[in-house]
Amino acid sequence: MTENFFSLNGNEVDFQPGETILEAARRHGVVIPTLCHLEGTTPTGACRICVVEVEGAATLMAACATPVSAGMRIKTESARVVQTRRTLLELLLASGNHTCAAGPTGAGSWTEAQMRARELDGDALCPAWGDCKLQELAFQYQAKPDRFVPAPDAPPPELANPMIERDFSRCIRCGRCLQACNEVQVNRAIGFGYHGTQSKIVTAGDRPLADSNCVFCGQCVQACPTGALVDKKSRDRWRSWEVEKIRTTCPYCGVGCQQWLHVRDGRIVRVTAVEDAQPNQGRLCVKGRYGYDFIYSEERLKTPLIREGDRFREASWDEALDLVAGKCKQIIAESGPNALAGVSCARSINEDSYNMQKLFRAVFKTNNIDHCART
Amino acid sequence: MTNSFSEFSRAKMFMLIGTNMTEAHPVAATFVKNALLKGAQLIVVDPRRHRLAEMADLHLPIRVGSDIAFLNGLMHVLIAEGWYDQKFVDSCTVDFDKLAATVMRYSPDYAAEICGVPAEKIRDTARRISSVKPMMLCYTLGITEHTCGTHNVMSVANLQMLLGNVGMECGGVNPLRGQNNVQGACDMGALPNVFPGYQKVGDMALRAKFERAWGVENLPAATGLMIPQMMEGLVDGKVRGFYIFGENLANTEPDIRKVEHELASAEFLVVQDIFPNETTRFAHVVLPAAAWSENDGTFTNSERRVNRVRSASVAPGEARPNWWIFRELARRFGQNWASDSAREIWDNELSVLAPQFGGIKYHRLEGDGLQWPCPLEDHPGTCFLHQDGQFTCGLGVFTPCEWTPPAEVPDQEYPLVLSTGRRLAHYHTRTQTGRCEGLNDILGEETADISPADAQALNIDQGETIRVRSRRGAVTLKARVTTEVPKGMVWMAFHFREACANWLTNPAFDNITMTAEYKACAVAVEKIHANR
Repeated sequence: MTENFFSLNGNEVDFQPGETILEAARRHGVVIPTLCHLEGTTPTGACRICVVEVEGAATLMAACATPVSAGMRIKTESARVVQTRRTLLELLLASGNHTCAAGPTGAGSWTEAQMRARELDGDALCPAWGDCKLQELAFQYQAKPDRFVPAPDAPPPELANPMIERDFSRCIRCGRCLQACNEVQVNRAIGFGYHGTQSKIVTAGDRPLADSNCVFCGQCVQACPTGALVDKKSRDRWRSWEVEKIRTTCPYCGVGCQQWLHVRDGRIVRVTAVEDAQPNQGRLCVKGRYGYDFIYSEERLKTPLIREGDRFREASWDEALDLVAGKCKQIIAESGPNALAGVSCARSINEDSYNMQKLFRAVFKTNNIDHCART
Repeated sequence: MTNSFSEFSRAKMFMLIGTNMTEAHPVAATFVKNALLKGAQLIVVDPRRHRLAEMADLHLPIRVGSDIAFLNGLMHVLIAEGWYDQKFVDSCTVDFDKLAATVMRYSPDYAAEICGVPAEKIRDTARRISSVKPMMLCYTLGITEHTCGTHNVMSVANLQMLLGNVGMECGGVNPLRGQNNVQGACDMGALPNVFPGYQKVGDMALRAKFERAWGVENLPAATGLMIPQMMEGLVDGKVRGFYIFGENLANTEPDIRKVEHELASAEFLVVQDIFPNETTRFAHVVLPAAAWSENDGTFTNSERRVNRVRSASVAPGEARPNWWIFRELARRFGQNWASDSAREIWDNELSVLAPQFGGIKYHRLEGDGLQWPCPLEDHPGTCFLHQDGQFTCGLGVFTPCEWTPPAEVPDQEYPLVLSTGRRLAHYHTRTQTGRCEGLNDILGEETADISPADAQALNIDQGETIRVRSRRGAVTLKARVTTEVPKGMVWMAFHFREACANWLTNPAFDNITMTAEYKACAVAVEKIHANR
C-alpha cells in the first residue's frame, strides 16, 4: 500500500489506482478549478483550466485527465499555474461576448460588482450573471478581459424553439453540453462542428434544435457553465441571488426525480435537477424540467362549485362539504355503504390517499375504494 | 420494482418488454443507455421499433398480445437445453414441474407461429439470456394492459425465477410505474382489498387492529369494487354516490362514449381536482384541491422510494389540501381525526400501522428518502427485494400460463390493431402539461402512427388527415408515417381530447385485475377524401 502516495502541494497523501489528479485532490479537500469537466463523463481536457504543475514534466498537466502515479509531486496553485490559468481565462474572455468582468460593472471587488449588477439588471445583463463559472474564475484569477484582440462576432443566437436559448457569443466551446447530451442523457443531438475560430456546437446538419434529435431535456442547459445555454422560460425571471431553492419530487412519471424548485416571490421560476441525488443523479426530462407552470394557470379551480341545472355556482366550503356529507349519509341510510364508491389519485401525495381510504373504510364503512393502479 | 434505478447503469444485460422508456420514463432510459455505452447487452421485446429498440443488440418485434407465447417459447428452450438455473430453481422455488409441463407445449416453432418472431431468434435469445447473469428485466404497461395482463406478469416472473435472476443486484422483475405516485396510492391502501401496507381487509385480526387505531367498529370485511365495476354500478344504480379524486376518467378509460354514459348516469358525483376537465362536467359538486408544490407530503416511486414533496407556492383561492378535505368530511360524520398535517398522518398513523413503513419517519426523509421495506427506525431501507432467493411467501411459486389472444383481433372490417401509450412531451390528458408554456409547441396534436407499408397500401401521405375507426367510435387526425410502427399496427396516445385513443379502445378487462386492454383492439384506417 505504501507505494500509493504522492505529494500534493507539499503534503504526502494517498491515491486510489486509476484516480485522476483532480479526483484525488478533491478527496483531500484541495480545490482545482474546472470548466469543461462534467462529473461522471469521460474527461476531455479541453479547457485546460485545471492544469497543475507536475515536477519533472515539461508542460503543465490537465488534472481532470491525468491519472496520479506514485511519487508524483504536484503543485496546484504555483505561480506558473496561476499565470497560465489567467492567460487561458483571458483568451476565453476575448473569445466571445464575455464583457461582464469589466463590462457594465467594471468593479474592483466581487461584492461591488454584484451590487452594481443588481442595479443594472435588465436585458443587457447576461442571464447567467452571478451563476457563471467563467465569470467566477475570471474574478478569482484577476483575468483582464481586454488583454487579447476580441474574436469576430459569433453566429446570431438561436431562439426558434420553446425551451432553450442558444447564445453562441457566450459559448466557450468547453463541450460540457456535448457530454451532457451524448454521455449522460445519450440523446446524441449535438456535436462539435466547423473548425478553428468557426468552431461551434451544432446539431446534425447544423439545423435548429427543434428540427434535430433534441428532446428538450435541458441537460445541456444545466451543464452549461456560462450564459450560452439558457432556459427560455426562466429568462428575465430568474436571478441566482433572488431565488430560494426548495427540493421536491417531480409530479410526472414513476421515476420520482429529485428537483430543485427555484422560487422567486412565491413563484417557481426555474427547475433544475438535484445533483448526486437518487434516483435521478442530476437528470431531468422535458416534463420534469419545464412542466411546472400549470399550477399558475388562471383556469385553476379556486372555489367549491355546486351544480344548479346545467351550470355550476360558487359555494363556500361549509356549504359544499355539508352537501356532500348529507348526500352520503342519505345514500348510506337508504342503500347501505356499498352504494358509495371512490377513486383515489395516483398523482397526489401518499397522505391524501391514506385519508381517502380511511374516509371510505372508517367513516362510510365500505371497501369500495380504488385508483388507477390497474391502468 | 424488485430492484433500483441506481443499478441500471451497472447492469450487464437488459430485457425490456412492453416498455418505451425514452418516452414514458425518460430518465430511467438514460441509465439503460449509460449501461449500453459501457458494453451492456440490450434485448428489446416490443412490436414497435422505438428509440431503445434502435440501440438494442436484439429487437424482437413480437405481435401485439403474444407475450406469453414468446416467453413460454424462451422457457421451453431454457428447460429443454438445460440452460436454466437449476440450483436456484431447486432451492428457492416450487412447482417447476407444472411450469415445465406447460412450456413444453410451446416449442420455438409453435411460439414463433403465434408471436411472429422466427423460431431461430427465440432459440438465439434463450441462449443469450442464459449466458449472462444476472439479466435485468423491465416492463411497463405493454405487459399489463391486456386481458391476459396478470398472466403476462406471471410469465415474466417465471422467466426471471427460472434464470435465477431474482434477489440480486442488477437483476429482478422491474415494472416501471406510470404515475409519480401510483406505487404510493397502492401502498396507502387505495385498493378495494387491502388496508395500508397491503394488509388484507378480509383478515379479522387486521380489521381489529385498524378498528382500534381509528377508534371505530365494524370495518367492512368484504372486498370492494374495482373502477370498472364502480362505473358499471353507476348505470344499474348499485353505486349511487361516486367520489372521484384527481382522475380524469372521462378521457383515460377505454371507450369514452361508454364512460361518459356511465358518468352521466351517476346519481351524485363528487369530483375533487385542480382544474375543470372532461370529468368535472358530470359532477354535482366540484371541490378545488391544492396541487403539487402547494402542500407538503410524500411520493413513493417505482423503486419503493419514499421521497418528500415540499411546498413552494400558495394554492389559489379557496383550494385546500386533499387530506384536509377528507378530514373535514369525516368531521361531519362525527369523527375527529387527530392528524392535522401530512407529516402527522405519516408519522403518527401510516408508519405505525403498516409494518414495512415502520422505520420511515419524516425526519429521515430529508435527503434521498428511504426505500421500503424499512421496518425499524435504524433500518437503512431496501434497494432490492428477495435477497438470497427469500420470497415474501417463502419459496417462489412458478405459475404457468397459457397464451390467450386479445379480446378483439383484426378482421376484414377492422384489419389493423390499435395499440396505445404515452408520448414524451405530454402527460395523460394534458390537464397539467397542456397548461405549461412550451410543451404544446413541442407536441401540439395527436397523430395516428402507421407503417410505411400500410400507408402505401392505403395511399396515405405523411401528415395527411385520416379517420381511424373502431367498433366504439371514430377519430379524425393526422397520419404520422414511421418505421417505428410495424405493418398492421396503428399507434396512438390519449393526450388530446378530440383525437384521444380512448374513443376507440376496447373496454375488455383482465378478469383478475380488471385492467383494460388498452394495448390491443381492432381498427380500420380510412382516407377522408376517398369517402366523399
